[in-house]
Amino acid sequence: MIPTILFYLFAAVLIVSAAMVVSARNPVHSVLFLILAFFNAAALFLIAGAEFLAMILVIVYVGAVAVLFLFVVMMLDVDFAQLRGGFQRYLPVGAAVGVVLFVELAAVLGGWKLAPDTKALRMSPMPDGMTNTEALGRILYTDYVLLFQIAGLVLLVAMIGAIVLTLRDRQTSRHQSIRVQTERTVAETLEMMSVGIGVGVKETGILRPKPPEIKEEAHAPAEHHHGH
Amino acid sequence: MAFLDRTARSMLLMELVSGLGLTLRYFFKPKVTINYPYEKGPISPRFKGEHALRRYPNGEERCIACKLCEAVCPAQAITIEAEPRDDGSRRTTRYDIDMTKCIYCGLCEEACPVDAIVEGPNFEFATETREELLYDKDKLLANGDRWEPELARRLELDAPYR
Amino acid sequence: MIDFLLNHPVGIVILTFMKALALLVPLLIGVAYLTYAERKVLAAMQLRKGPNVVGPFGLLQPFADALKMIMKETIIPSGSNRLLFLLAPMLTFGLAMLAWAVIPVNDGWAIADINVGILYLFAISSLGVYGIIIAGWASNSKYAFLGAMRSAAQMVSYEVSMGFVLVSVLLCVGSLNLTDVVRAQTTVWFAIPLFPMFIIFFISALAETNRSPFDLPEGESEIVAGFFVEYSSMSFALFFLGEYANMILMSAMTTILFLGGWLAPFGIEPFTWIPGPIWFILKICFCLFVFLWVRATFPRYRYDQLMRLGWKVFLPFSLAWLVLTAGALLAFGWLPDV
Repeated sequence: MIPTILFYLFAAVLIVSAAMVVSARNPVHSVLFLILAFFNAAALFLIAGAEFLAMILVIVYVGAVAVLFLFVVMMLDVDFAQLRGGFQRYLPVGAAVGVVLFVELAAVLGGWKLAPDTKALRMSPMPDGMTNTEALGRILYTDYVLLFQIAGLVLLVAMIGAIVLTLRDRQTSRHQSIRVQTERTVAETLEMMSVGIGVGVKETGILRPKPPEIKEEAHAPAEHHHGH
Repeated sequence: MAFLDRTARSMLLMELVSGLGLTLRYFFKPKVTINYPYEKGPISPRFKGEHALRRYPNGEERCIACKLCEAVCPAQAITIEAEPRDDGSRRTTRYDIDMTKCIYCGLCEEACPVDAIVEGPNFEFATETREELLYDKDKLLANGDRWEPELARRLELDAPYR
Repeated sequence: MIDFLLNHPVGIVILTFMKALALLVPLLIGVAYLTYAERKVLAAMQLRKGPNVVGPFGLLQPFADALKMIMKETIIPSGSNRLLFLLAPMLTFGLAMLAWAVIPVNDGWAIADINVGILYLFAISSLGVYGIIIAGWASNSKYAFLGAMRSAAQMVSYEVSMGFVLVSVLLCVGSLNLTDVVRAQTTVWFAIPLFPMFIIFFISALAETNRSPFDLPEGESEIVAGFFVEYSSMSFALFFLGEYANMILMSAMTTILFLGGWLAPFGIEPFTWIPGPIWFILKICFCLFVFLWVRATFPRYRYDQLMRLGWKVFLPFSLAWLVLTAGALLAFGWLPDV
């Protein structure tokens, strides 16, 4: 009884917030509605007994991905007038695509039929006397360990690719080496000397930091990229 | 060896631990706080607190309305009006200090030829309304009567250095 | 009556409410006295006395402060997003309270003894950033926005290494249930075999709660008060309460994961006479003292140093230690039976 009510509550909020994600005028509101949608999806997982998935959904999507979304969207300076400018021009094309998609979806959904023994045919039924997390772990790390590792590898490649594409190591930037700084001793930094009147000091024994040397060949393409 | 030593020090967070040790030692040290309303710190005889107008021992007010204090006041907090009194002596009819303007520099006290206006040892004269801080002659004379023994003592202590 | 509470659906709801009240009321009193303790500890380390006028030893000071907060006017900036502006402090405070549902105070004394307790705690603590981001954005103020941006980057960074620390603890336990985590420490507290992870967890906890030396989102010397510049009155107080409740929560997490929860030290005679919840509270108090002690000792990090510490020091180190832990468990056959 209570689970049914909760299911309809969460499902209704989920659908409404999902609709608001695409219809909200303010992009920040869109992201916040997206977060609400994630939450309700997590709650639906919980009702279905998939507590591990629910928590992972909250940790990964709400706790990390949506924070980055929000981070980016808040910094955007969106000009709504410009966004709505081409609305009338693109309306016929957009509407046509939408109608086609809708008809296709309706055709698929209309012909949808569940096999009568779906539940029995499931590949990995939930074993008794085992927590959700454990059951997932067993499947993931035994039957599908190769696919799991490949998925991990793909993500790694994507990550390295992103770094390679965006990392721009400027030769002129000076980095702080905290290790060098904290390991300095008094003897390396301070030298007591008696200076004669009107004589001054030409040299000290202490090494001073030099400005970084800019390599010639690194300098030339930098000017080339100026137009970017 | 020095490298090992340094690495061990940084990995064991020795600097952080020694910092924590220092604060922990201070945690148990006796505290230097003065429990203010009940305990007060010592005040120099030159302390510049609330103003007062003094009188001679016979009850005659000292101020002769020379207006030097009014002239010297850098904050222009003092307003004086004067008239000859019935006995022909020159006295103030009005001596106002706007305590909200006063910067407690003590120049009025320095300028006064008869030690009439002084800054006393009292610093606890906070009020609930602004108007109460606009002192008039009555208030200043009352202050002088109230603090006279201490004011005289302070002048006496400070006299060798003037 | 007891049968009604345990078996009838309405009874269960009422019972849960009663349990929540029994936990949250002492928690809020604890939060109030944590503000007092902070002022006293900071004062003592700076050779001052701290609040000592309101009540004996100033013990009524938190209530005086609370009363002052309630009497003040709630100011909503005209350029702000009203709804989100008011929602943010409630979110911060609510989340700090919500996480306590799974904390076991004694063997079996948890409001919800769920199987994914650690993940739940981790999820809730990672949500804490939303209160701050929303507050910063809805205030429509530059300082608040800068504070929110700093907070978002900082919390996401430190969650990563915190996650690895959690995983290494889970490897030693073999369960995500918090009660099981404490039971697994009967022989030895995890703070001893996993000492480096314990330190990393505690430092990450400082960063997660935006406490000094990682209090850049507030950074009062640079960005005034960071994300809550525009807040006043009760909405400010809710942020304040949320921050302190989060500190207590993080201390409770440290206690459960590394300091053996309600278990008495060494499990020997004189210590076992004291009941478990008292031990739990004592350990939390110790962690909180360290929170305050650290605040009195270290200056604030610079922002790039903060990021460096999170990504270049803690992340590789915790990852390496995780692999080491897993290897040791496997090599010596110490893996827990699942």
